[in-house]
Amino acid sequence: MKTSHRHGLRRLVAVGAAVTAASVLLAACGGSDKTATSSGQAQGSPDAVNAALEKGGTITYWSWTPSAEAQVKAFEQAYPNVKVNYVNAGTGNDQYTKLQNVIKAGSGAPDVAQIEYQALPQFALPGSLVDLRQYGFDSFQSAYTPSTWTAVHAGDGLFGLPQDSGPMALFYNKEVFDKYGLTVPKTWDEYVAQAKKLHTADPKKYLTNDTGDAGFATSMIWQAGGKPFSTSGKNVTINLQDAGTQKWTGVWNQLVTGGLLANIPGWSDEWFKALGDGTIASLSVGAWMPGVLESSVKGGAGKWRVAPLPSYDGQPATAENGGSTESVLKQSANPALAAGFVRWLNHDGGVKPFLASGGFPSTTADLADPAFLDKKSTYFGGQQINQVLTSAAGSVVKDWSYLPFQLYANSIFGDTVGKSYQAKTDLDAGLKAWQDALVSYGNQQGFQVNG
Amino acid sequence: MSTTSPLRPRRSPLLTGLMILYLAYTLIPLLWLFLSATKTQGDLLSSPGLWFGHRFALFANIRDTLTYNDGIFLRWLGNTLLYVVVGAGGATLLATAAGYGLAKYKFKGRRAVFAVLLGAVAVPGTALAVPTFLMFSHLGLTNTVWAIIIPSLVSPFGLYLMWVYASDAIPHDLLEAARIDGAGEVRIFFTVALRLLAPGIVTVLLFAVVSTWNNYFLPLIMLSKPNLYPLTVGLTQWSNQATGVGARPIYNLVITGSLLTIVPLVVAFLLLQRFWQSGLTAGSVKQ
Repeated sequence: MKTSHRHGLRRLVAVGAAVTAASVLLAACGGSDKTATSSGQAQGSPDAVNAALEKGGTITYWSWTPSAEAQVKAFEQAYPNVKVNYVNAGTGNDQYTKLQNVIKAGSGAPDVAQIEYQALPQFALPGSLVDLRQYGFDSFQSAYTPSTWTAVHAGDGLFGLPQDSGPMALFYNKEVFDKYGLTVPKTWDEYVAQAKKLHTADPKKYLTNDTGDAGFATSMIWQAGGKPFSTSGKNVTINLQDAGTQKWTGVWNQLVTGGLLANIPGWSDEWFKALGDGTIASLSVGAWMPGVLESSVKGGAGKWRVAPLPSYDGQPATAENGGSTESVLKQSANPALAAGFVRWLNHDGGVKPFLASGGFPSTTADLADPAFLDKKSTYFGGQQINQVLTSAAGSVVKDWSYLPFQLYANSIFGDTVGKSYQAKTDLDAGLKAWQDALVSYGNQQGFQVNG
Repeated sequence: MSTTSPLRPRRSPLLTGLMILYLAYTLIPLLWLFLSATKTQGDLLSSPGLWFGHRFALFANIRDTLTYNDGIFLRWLGNTLLYVVVGAGGATLLATAAGYGLAKYKFKGRRAVFAVLLGAVAVPGTALAVPTFLMFSHLGLTNTVWAIIIPSLVSPFGLYLMWVYASDAIPHDLLEAARIDGAGEVRIFFTVALRLLAPGIVTVLLFAVVSTWNNYFLPLIMLSKPNLYPLTVGLTQWSNQATGVGARPIYNLVITGSLLTIVPLVVAFLLLQRFWQSGLTAGSVKQ
């Protein structure tokens, strides 16, 4: 008895020692990341970009944009000396995980990567991206809508050129609206009234779905005039109870607590199905949605229409929802060439192939193009949808900014605000829990967070 | 259970019922997978989950899965096979040799090895993925097949299992006899020990094959070139195409691909299950 007990104890100590050794090893590996080349950066110039494109070379490009392959082909034709290794390294978060790892490892990053607007501060502020002002790209300002131009900035720096934009609009199923005598709402109060009317008439149908989506919630707060996140250097302020946020929860709480939202997560196969069969009668979503509906919700052809997003006072106001930029990574061995590729992608020849794949432009010239504006969409019953969507692009509420750790914030949205959705209770309580978690995370990450 | 005959317990309707429930619980997802793989993308979204759609599109789906994106699925299948054959095969070989050595030779530091081994079993591979990535990145091995194969070669649990199994399955006297007959240690290992260890080896091999076949997080982190992906990461990438700006859902191909992905595993289990069963109880009874 006694010996075996001692025996066991000794073994335990040995195991403990082994585990400790392993964790020390881990810590050593984790701590050896290099953050070199953060300051001493060679100054570029517009001429350097042209010279690099002429001279040629090889760059790697990470993107999940459907048009990426066609764009790369067209680019290599225009600049035969340049070879672009196109890699689809994953959609959204998958790619960001990889990007963060290679940045931490100090090597292996692509020269150019697609980054969503909401994720840009997270990569730009720690100094992982190249400020494109040195190549004179700040002179392109007038070519883009104000909201996307703001979105490619972090602090004072310019960290990409806008690829697309997603001003929100109300997409609705006219067949369902007609059948149940719903009117297209101009204000959110009217919207709530329609939601009640529809769900009462047919308990299987919902005006919209929302199971708690961080991208949607932040866009809605943005539209309501909320500015919950602000960053200045290492100082971050989080206030998810400001006037704008409360304006949004004032409306959305009625839908959540009233059980008026379909419990169908966005982008699931059930969701695509519900968009086709009328279970979900409307969506408040970015202007890039028509392409998705046309290609993937065949059952909705001819039924869907677009209207301006409802607002709080009936005056046009909207927010951006989704959209990406292409950025040059600091690790790039040839940043001038990479910048030249970005310039071609989102300012010159790359824009047309992108639009051909169904993307919504961020370039003012394309938005004003009569051929684009007046195009009638058969999917939308012949409606000139781009007129509605372009006017939305001009009424985006100003001065929004995302957190420098927005990806983490989005990943814990479900654990905090999502609980309010599931329990059908006050969203403000969930937002508060979200804020608390974000404040403590931000402080751990070395920010000074007020909230 | 039964007082009369302990070897032939009476049939219990309750247990039979529970087993049927459990069987349904295990088989319904497989049935769903098969039925869904017979549907077109449109039918998938408009027909009930546990019955056929309007069109039987299984063969069209298989063809599309194998040809989508220039047949990248076959490439992924080949990658998975490579990782499994080299990774899981190597892991089994190493675990067998090391387990035998630890069980049958007395040497200094055996206890320390045991302690480290137990510690290694306790640390989940997922937790080590990011540190391993950083280490491999310094070595310039990320984005190569070695980034998947080398970590797969290490199987602490397999080693532990082989150690325990070898301790019981190979009598010391037998080794003594072989030595007296003049056989060298290497020859003893290959001609005597390996045969006795066969059930254990199959068990470890199956464990290693399953874990390498299903390996997701490590390749997700290590690889950013789609033509090196194994099936798990590739199918996830297809599935994620259905999200956000420019979404192109191909759920029918994701599902058909998943069905094709599990077929080899099912076959491996059916062929090796009797070894698997005998190996599972290895070391649980002391003789």
